[in-house]
Amino acid sequence: MAVFARPRQALAIAGVLGLTLGVTACGTGSSDNSGGNNNADSAECAPYEKYQGHSGKKVSIYSSIRDIEADRLDQSWKEFEDCTGIDISHEGSGDFEAQLPVRADGGNAPDIAFIPQPGLLQRFAERGQIKAASADTKAMAEQNYPADWLKYSTVGGTFYGAPLGSNVKSFVWYSPKMFQEKGWTVPTTWEEMIKLSDTIADSGTKPWCAGIESGDATGWPATDWIEDVMLRTQTPEVYDQWTTHEIPFNDPRVVEAVDRAGTILKNEKYVNGGFGGVRSIATTAFQEGGIPITAGKCALHRQASFYANQWPENTKVAEDGDVFAFYFPAIDPSRGKPVLGGGEFVVAFADRPEVQAVQTYLASGEHANSRAKIGDWVSANNKLDLANVSNPIDKLSVEILQDDSSVFRFDGSDLMPAAVGAGTFWKGMVDWINGKDTASVLQGIESSWK
Amino acid sequence: MTTTTPPAAVGAQQNDGSTRASRVRKRLNSRTATVVAIVIAVVWTIPTFGLFISSFRPEAELKTTGWWTAFTDPQFTLKNYQDVLFGQSASSGQLANYFVNSLVITLPSVLFPLAFAALAAYALAWINFRGRDWLYIGIFALQIVPLQMALVPLLSFFSRGVSLGGITLMPAWNLDGAQNFAQVWFAHTCFALPFAVFLLHNFISQLPKDLMEAARVDGATHPKIFRTIVLPLVAPALAAFAIFQFLWVWNDLLVALIFAGGSEVTAPLTVRLAELAGTRGNEWQRLTAGAFVSIVVPLIVFLSLQRYFVRGLLAGSVKG
Repeated sequence: MAVFARPRQALAIAGVLGLTLGVTACGTGSSDNSGGNNNADSAECAPYEKYQGHSGKKVSIYSSIRDIEADRLDQSWKEFEDCTGIDISHEGSGDFEAQLPVRADGGNAPDIAFIPQPGLLQRFAERGQIKAASADTKAMAEQNYPADWLKYSTVGGTFYGAPLGSNVKSFVWYSPKMFQEKGWTVPTTWEEMIKLSDTIADSGTKPWCAGIESGDATGWPATDWIEDVMLRTQTPEVYDQWTTHEIPFNDPRVVEAVDRAGTILKNEKYVNGGFGGVRSIATTAFQEGGIPITAGKCALHRQASFYANQWPENTKVAEDGDVFAFYFPAIDPSRGKPVLGGGEFVVAFADRPEVQAVQTYLASGEHANSRAKIGDWVSANNKLDLANVSNPIDKLSVEILQDDSSVFRFDGSDLMPAAVGAGTFWKGMVDWINGKDTASVLQGIESSWK
Repeated sequence: MTTTTPPAAVGAQQNDGSTRASRVRKRLNSRTATVVAIVIAVVWTIPTFGLFISSFRPEAELKTTGWWTAFTDPQFTLKNYQDVLFGQSASSGQLANYFVNSLVITLPSVLFPLAFAALAAYALAWINFRGRDWLYIGIFALQIVPLQMALVPLLSFFSRGVSLGGITLMPAWNLDGAQNFAQVWFAHTCFALPFAVFLLHNFISQLPKDLMEAARVDGATHPKIFRTIVLPLVAPALAAFAIFQFLWVWNDLLVALIFAGGSEVTAPLTVRLAELAGTRGNEWQRLTAGAFVSIVVPLIVFLSLQRYFVRGLLAGSVKG
């Protein structure tokens, strides 16, 4: 019974279960205690001085990041742990979006969560479950992140947390090798891109390939398409009105954007390279969607920067390699570079000082660079040094995010209420691909948004 | 346990239906029935077989061609199993470590409801007290409540305790690390009890009354009767329920996710398995091997106790 810190607890447990169990055997010793802060005064620890004074405290983090990416995160804050003595335990789960509300409602919330959906963040904020960011965190975030980003974690004037990682969705993947052989050039305007598509189509290959099947999230890659086009045919202000439902979902401006996306996605001449006709888009897994590029059966695939992980092993992802991506061009370049993207926000369910210290640290340039050095990382943090970003596609993403002429907007379906953004919008897009007309699809989505 | 003979009353009841049963048995023994059974068995096994073949195929092959191409172009590797069992990454694989967690969760989660339910079922069947039938109906009715509805309240019960009108009835448990196992045991026990009581009550109440009366005349107390008469006689039912519960708990993801969490100290196999494919599902080849690793224990349990399982199913259908 020695493991139970307080006798009252032990009594409760023993009383309720009617048993006394040797939990000790299962070993609490294996938790990754990264050691004390023996070297807290060393030179490496100088940047962490302001976070010190919480030695021995524990902070739990919950996110949807798992596998190798989770390992890299653990590694990225290792030095911070060593220097401050704060023990960060990270837990990643594929059921994050469903589990977090359950844990929060049940009073068992983690200290910090990385929430990738501003819509979900808003839910917690409205219920008063997450804590406002400390003044330090806020100052750090304002210093390091563009205002375009911070507004997504601000609810009712209260700022809840800084972004962490980001991804850029306005990318078209292509094969530099194929382009060179055929003498094609990377388009920089929408018009050039359509012209190139025609050229490719005339040469006998279907230029575009796409796949929107993704288990119970089927349809999301198509919503990204619509959002990206929407950002190009309309001003960012109209986009904001659309994602906040200030204009109806079937507004003529939205219809125009969807129809323009349709000139590519629903054009039998253009799709679906390597898979078949338009309808095959709905049944092709998003992971497989761009793979025909490596076999020369398709030339263009619009997908986010994270698609870099999906290429088969030994595919070189670089400007002079097997595959690479170019910026999904604007229709009217004079209006700046619209960028669609996503990312996660570091919000806290507790306001203990050590939790706030971690939150502030994660918004800092130190963490962004420490994480980037380990590889495969994109962040909108303007302290992020490009030299630390190794991977070419990540480099391109960071360049776009840090570019002053970029106009960043968050993935719209993550901003909408889940019933729409992760429900009817997805399903509507599947129907749309399967031949339903734009007007009735948008009418259906509009009527589901209450 | 195998030597236990079914009590007379139970046997008599089975004999009543013997003509119908034998007719059914005859019909099921015909040649066509056998062929149909074999076809069904094969069709049902094919997906699992495909998964099994896939688990030995190299990643690149697995992701580009169907499992049947393994017959024309055999390429096999143990890499998937290596990844899954002893993976380098601290955040994935290493299922070997999680086996223990699964066992630590499963065994008590089977034994607690079994013990409580057997006692409760005996009391409800053979001890006369006021409101007994209503209590039994109440427990029976609890089966209707879907466990999903109870998740948030139960979690809140653990983390905030219970207080009524400002009086703390139970303090928060404030568990940490390996202590979280207690929550999972508690949750599984709660969710299993209504069905367990129902199943065992059906068995125990069918025992012949003469037996109990004879024991009482000889001066046996309730604990004595329970231990020396009831328990040996209902052993098949206990085993049947134990298998049900074992398979359910071993395969459970939802309850474990919420009450055990995903930390390496408490997370069972299923939680780990769900995370194997990576953040964006790009490592799904590991799931094939992972599935077979996690299947091993239930398979052993099922095969070795299969006989009781069938008896348990009959117990539910015939007497329910």
